[in-house]
Amino acid sequence: MTHHESSPGTNGGKRTVLVCQGTGCVSSRSIQITEGLRKELAAQGLAEKVEVKLTGCHGFCERGPIVIVEPEGIFYCNVKEKDAPEIVQSHLRDHKPVERLFYKDPTTKQAIPRYQDINFYKKQHRLVLRNFGHVNPESIDDYIAAGGYKGLTRALKEMTPDQVIEEVTTSNLRGRGGAGFPTGKKWTEAKKSKRTPKYVVCNADEGDPGAFMDRSTLEADPHTVMEGMIICGYAIGSSQGYIYVRAEYPLAVKRLRIAIKQAEERGFLGKNILGTGFNFSLEIREGAGAFVCGEGSALMYSIEGKRGMPRVKPPRSVESGLWGMPTVLNNVKSFAVIPLIMLNGGKWFAGIGSPNSPGTAVFALTGKIANSGLVEVPMGATLRDIIFDVGGGLQGGRKFKAVQTGGPSGGCLPASQLDLPVDFDSLDKAGSIMGSGGMVVMDERTCMVDIARYFLTFTQDESCGKCNPCRIGTQLVLEVLERITRGEGKPGDVELLEEWSRTIIQTSLCGLGRSAPNPVLSTIRYFRDEYDAHINEKKCPAGACKALITFSIDEEKCKGCGLCAKNCPVGAVTLIEKKKPVKLDQEKCIKCGTCYDACKLDAVIVK
Amino acid sequence: MQSQLAPVLAPFKGRKGTTIAVLQKVQEELGYLPREAIEEISKTLRISPSEIYGVITFYAQFRTKPRGRHVVRVCRGTACHVRGGGAVLDQVKRDLSIEENESTPDLEYTLETVACIGACALAPAMVIDEDTFGQMTPGKVTDTFAARKGGN
Repeated sequence: MTHHESSPGTNGGKRTVLVCQGTGCVSSRSIQITEGLRKELAAQGLAEKVEVKLTGCHGFCERGPIVIVEPEGIFYCNVKEKDAPEIVQSHLRDHKPVERLFYKDPTTKQAIPRYQDINFYKKQHRLVLRNFGHVNPESIDDYIAAGGYKGLTRALKEMTPDQVIEEVTTSNLRGRGGAGFPTGKKWTEAKKSKRTPKYVVCNADEGDPGAFMDRSTLEADPHTVMEGMIICGYAIGSSQGYIYVRAEYPLAVKRLRIAIKQAEERGFLGKNILGTGFNFSLEIREGAGAFVCGEGSALMYSIEGKRGMPRVKPPRSVESGLWGMPTVLNNVKSFAVIPLIMLNGGKWFAGIGSPNSPGTAVFALTGKIANSGLVEVPMGATLRDIIFDVGGGLQGGRKFKAVQTGGPSGGCLPASQLDLPVDFDSLDKAGSIMGSGGMVVMDERTCMVDIARYFLTFTQDESCGKCNPCRIGTQLVLEVLERITRGEGKPGDVELLEEWSRTIIQTSLCGLGRSAPNPVLSTIRYFRDEYDAHINEKKCPAGACKALITFSIDEEKCKGCGLCAKNCPVGAVTLIEKKKPVKLDQEKCIKCGTCYDACKLDAVIVK
Repeated sequence: MQSQLAPVLAPFKGRKGTTIAVLQKVQEELGYLPREAIEEISKTLRISPSEIYGVITFYAQFRTKPRGRHVVRVCRGTACHVRGGGAVLDQVKRDLSIEENESTPDLEYTLETVACIGACALAPAMVIDEDTFGQMTPGKVTDTFAARKGGN
């Protein structure tokens, strides 16, 4: 539980109320909750004794908005605006915690007051997320109090650039962007180059649908990423860094701007940093919505203000990157652990996780999972550990069918792979990838052919169009998948998909094309029976493909409660009489599945 | 147009690699990128209009047509997809009687989709301007628009 050791929650005897201001919690009105708490504290004359502090994402997004009272570590979840007065009066004034807002364990149904005791947190090992939910992302003092900029100070004052690179090499840190290239090797090559200026670029163009850890890191702890970049600049001999962020992440951009300004004021950025003569400045570049810009060479063109189209490699970015100069490009999470490696040494880092993939892995755990949120576990933890221990299993106790890792470049893994240790190499072998860290859990209602179609729609749309295999190949594959989900599949379609997929992988220019067929190949490998059912029997076993299903009412089970009728968006269900089965009009039905989800008695049949 | 854009463009003169930032700034100012603005950017920054159009059409963020007063964005991320985002999008289309990237005739709403808004725990999610609506169902979509109509 490393992340709690330096928890600055005690605040010199003063009590602190931490209110999560991550995107998820803000969407559920955590800003209004903060105002409510402050107002009530003032009304109760407690404003001097209790500090209300904003924090970045606490990770447990499923239960947001999250409010924590330190030093006792009491954890309140699903807090509403109207709960603020009660928290102040009952807990902070009368010292009686509000039990109805405690987290309840989904299996034991027991209320758990302290977050340290909740499985979701207990089973994690937080390095990248170490300051999440404790440090105010808009306060450099908070970051420094939590040990921030100590790694930079050590690197600049006690180590030579070569020693910095040696520690990173010893740590065996592999790039967290997904490909897992050794960071030490990248830095060594950039250092060797005699050409200047050199650049440090942080890839925060998190484009994978279903992944939000880079966004949360920048929102919750922007300084740690900047500290890692400054250390990199010192190591390779660069004085200019760029952070390339998606424009869709306005809060991350805002917090980075604040953090850069604060770091400049304190002399961690700018000229003569910490009096060592080393200069380094940072600029933010906002992406404009193109998935392919996550690819290294495309990203550099985009920073240069051009269309973000990948080029043939080699030369790689370390030789010829931004404006043709040597450039180190690393992911947000790679930079975020660099300060820790400076402080604790490369050997310490190499000792965490599995030997070939040391350190931790951060996942955005989402989909049909009980506990959606951000999760950090040592590399080598199994999928089962992550999904069932940390994630609390599936929503509503439904049956696990597949887990998708790596976004549009990754694959779907079935239940038989649940004991697979999660690291770069074993995921690759199983037909998926580590990727940037999306982990989407699926249950029996998710159709695997439809999922393949969904991802291909995405990659086809995002293909930049420069090379034929990707531009035309993904279109052809998508057309076949669409045909199959419409019930027009033909024998031989699966073989055709496999052949085209192999061609796209072998001949595409960049990683987008070379990995685009992974969702297709992995679903064929593990869920071939679903493809066959669509093609041969014209059936969708998951009940998801609209052209192949009809909804009907089980008259035995239906008790006429009318929930389905109330929820149906097109008025296709009619409640005839209480306690009598409802009527479903097939002509009006749009097969959206709302009635199925609304029914508590399993009386809606999907066939 | 000239007088309106000159102060916006001034800080970018002579700086390299700023095309995207300039377009973002101008779009923020005007709501979209009309032809006249592109011509002015071209003259001021000495970049050919075709190069600017190339950049505009490459990135999803840029628009050459005006948008409605309110922008509805339905998330099409993976988590939203497996939790029923498709049905939510269909319902928005039905309620507003428009397709993706279209605006209602009264220019009240524009409908867009977004690859992922990163609020996956709230899936399926929909955003109207700055407000995020989580755990949507087709029924909740209709209620949301009805409430806005009544409230505004």
